[in-house]
Amino acid sequence: MTDTTEKVARPKQAAPPAPKSAAPRKVRLWRGLTPWLFLAAPLVLLITFTYAPVANMVAYSFTDWDGVSPELSYTGADNYVELFTRPELFEVFFVSGYYLAASVVQIAAALYFATILSFNVRFRNFFKGVLFFPYLINGVAIGFVFLYFFQDGGTLDSVLRLFGVESDKAWLGTSTSANVSLAGVSVWRYMGLNFVLFLGAIQSIPGELYEAAELDGANRWQQFRHIIAPGIRPILSLSVILSISGSLSVFEIPYIMTGGATGTETFVIQTVKLAFQFNKTGLASAAAVVLLLIILAVTWVQRRLVPDEKVDLV
Amino acid sequence: MNRRTTHRTTLAGTLLAAVLLAAGCTGSGGASQGEDAKAADDPDKVSGTIKVLTHRTDLVQDGTMKKYAAEFNKTYPKVKVEFEALTDYEGEVKIRMNTENYGDVLMIPGVIKKNDYPKFFASLGTEAERSKKYLFTDFTTVDDKVYGQSPMGAVPGFLYNKRVWEEAGITDWPTTPAEFIAGLKAVKSKTDAVPYYTNFKDMWPLTQWTYINGSVSCDEQATTRLAEGNPWAKGADLRVGDTLLHDIVREGLIEKDPTTTNWEGSKPKLVKGEIATMWLGSWAVIQFQAAAKEAGSNPDDIGFMPFPAQVDGKFCATMSPDYNQAVNINSDHKEAARAWIDWFTDKSGYADDNLALSPVKGAPLPDVLKPYEAADVKLMELDDAQGAAVKEIDNQSEVGIYKPDYRQDLVDLARGAKDGSLDGFLDDLGKRWTEAAKTAGS
Repeated sequence: MTDTTEKVARPKQAAPPAPKSAAPRKVRLWRGLTPWLFLAAPLVLLITFTYAPVANMVAYSFTDWDGVSPELSYTGADNYVELFTRPELFEVFFVSGYYLAASVVQIAAALYFATILSFNVRFRNFFKGVLFFPYLINGVAIGFVFLYFFQDGGTLDSVLRLFGVESDKAWLGTSTSANVSLAGVSVWRYMGLNFVLFLGAIQSIPGELYEAAELDGANRWQQFRHIIAPGIRPILSLSVILSISGSLSVFEIPYIMTGGATGTETFVIQTVKLAFQFNKTGLASAAAVVLLLIILAVTWVQRRLVPDEKVDLV
Repeated sequence: MNRRTTHRTTLAGTLLAAVLLAAGCTGSGGASQGEDAKAADDPDKVSGTIKVLTHRTDLVQDGTMKKYAAEFNKTYPKVKVEFEALTDYEGEVKIRMNTENYGDVLMIPGVIKKNDYPKFFASLGTEAERSKKYLFTDFTTVDDKVYGQSPMGAVPGFLYNKRVWEEAGITDWPTTPAEFIAGLKAVKSKTDAVPYYTNFKDMWPLTQWTYINGSVSCDEQATTRLAEGNPWAKGADLRVGDTLLHDIVREGLIEKDPTTTNWEGSKPKLVKGEIATMWLGSWAVIQFQAAAKEAGSNPDDIGFMPFPAQVDGKFCATMSPDYNQAVNINSDHKEAARAWIDWFTDKSGYADDNLALSPVKGAPLPDVLKPYEAADVKLMELDDAQGAAVKEIDNQSEVGIYKPDYRQDLVDLARGAKDGSLDGFLDDLGKRWTEAAKTAGS
């Protein structure tokens, strides 16, 4: 194998202008084939575990399959018609508003910490680790941890008591309080990811720029405003897309912690319930397809409103 | 084959191959529909290795199931029994049933529609013949053939801490919902116990409330009435039960924060007297007795009482089956599988070991239900002929009487975390139910 790759690699670098017909047939064949051989493993995995199930799901969305029965019949667009004639199925998107608001907080906090830690701060690496750590924990575990956290007399209440606040609040007790609490957990969990993305982007800005700015007498805020902010724009817009699609498809944390009770049901939880509680796999597949389309549409609109500009700091 | 052609026309191009592949994976087992798993005449001639799928992970882990198998081998020496315990039994078996590989003996998952039983399971005999000997045959009968047998039965009821209720000055079972609430209030004022524990967070305990169906009206046709009428009409069983649950919550007779309850944690609390009452079923008694032993308190403190409603001065309680055991229609050792089910139902002592009702007619009641016998509670078996229709309406309407969601909403409503009135809420359920009933079953 090494032999072949070298054969392929060399002519590419050495003689790009050489006419193609000059290479023997076999070499040309290999040249064409090699990238595909490399791609084969990921492509097979991708097709088997992503595209085939998605195709499958799209197919199910046109049937009345219940998820178990050997029989299923083609029902055309009935599932989609049902979906769009039942507005209450889309009311759950209001819950996404909490997570959307939370993701603004999340991005702002991540940006703040990334900026601070990109300067020379004491215990820099330690804080980086602390901030990124929550993202490494499994979502299910986080759900259970925070269930104890919000319990009556649980961690949150004890910590508040240390500060002299006697809280007798059931944190997951009302719809607003539960959604805010859950969105808070989600901020705690995903801020690390945003933070690392931002930090990477900030650190890729050439150091001379800061030096030059400092020589010109720019303070930290001015450095942020005129060097960092424009420098990380692409990453910032990526984060915004990720958080919008994330807020629309929140699942793990509310599913584990409340199971969608007390007005915390999200669109994905609702879809799961349709599929696995009420055995409406066809309808649920249609709902999943619609969610996919909504996310694609939102992303498209967002890219239209805020197009990616070429960043040119120097 | 028709459905494959439809796929072909709806989806073109590159997706086609994947879809065809997937459609090929969906469903099987239709080929051998309508087979019987006959009982063998001579136990010595039955042979083969059978795999039993079970939800009792605890019994497989502590070796109890192996002991049953060893006992079974005394009668059937040539059969080798293997167990596979599944933690998420429903979820996993449901998916495995898309193949032919779902054990030789399994518990029928709740999601399988009754009409599909003949496609998945081998019949154990006719209803006429089996109902002479066994309870619950009705629950798995399709076209006069029985496809499963539950090895034990349960009766719904309140588990309560006798000591706490006595401290509150109540020794007789309440006979009306109002008396019951007065009882809980006495518990609240005279003891430190939480009068009623909802188990809201763990959800499934709330679904137990559906099993009051039949206890209020004392009607064996209660399930039929669910299919044909409005379960939340004035005075109907479910309305009475849900109203009681609502009132308990509204009067503040439950735990402080229902959103963070803990089922495992609730067991020692009840036996120790920190919780006074929970609506569960006779199946739970053994678990609470175990919890009592672990917590070092007296297992005899655990009492069991029927739903507070009487017809002609008598309490009623419905007997319902546990998971029904069935034979996989694709099994190569149907005789051996059948032998296991028969032996497990008749001779294993599984029901006794679990303090549960024996499904064999005429067997004595377990100790748990001795007080029921003394109080002359009428035990009855619901007619399940319309059971499949009820499930169908339930799914169609997305009400979910066997699912926790609507009762969680009910509790939220009662404690003020959700807007609305009880009547409006129950009437809406009834409306959705009766509308779905019109279209379901087509």
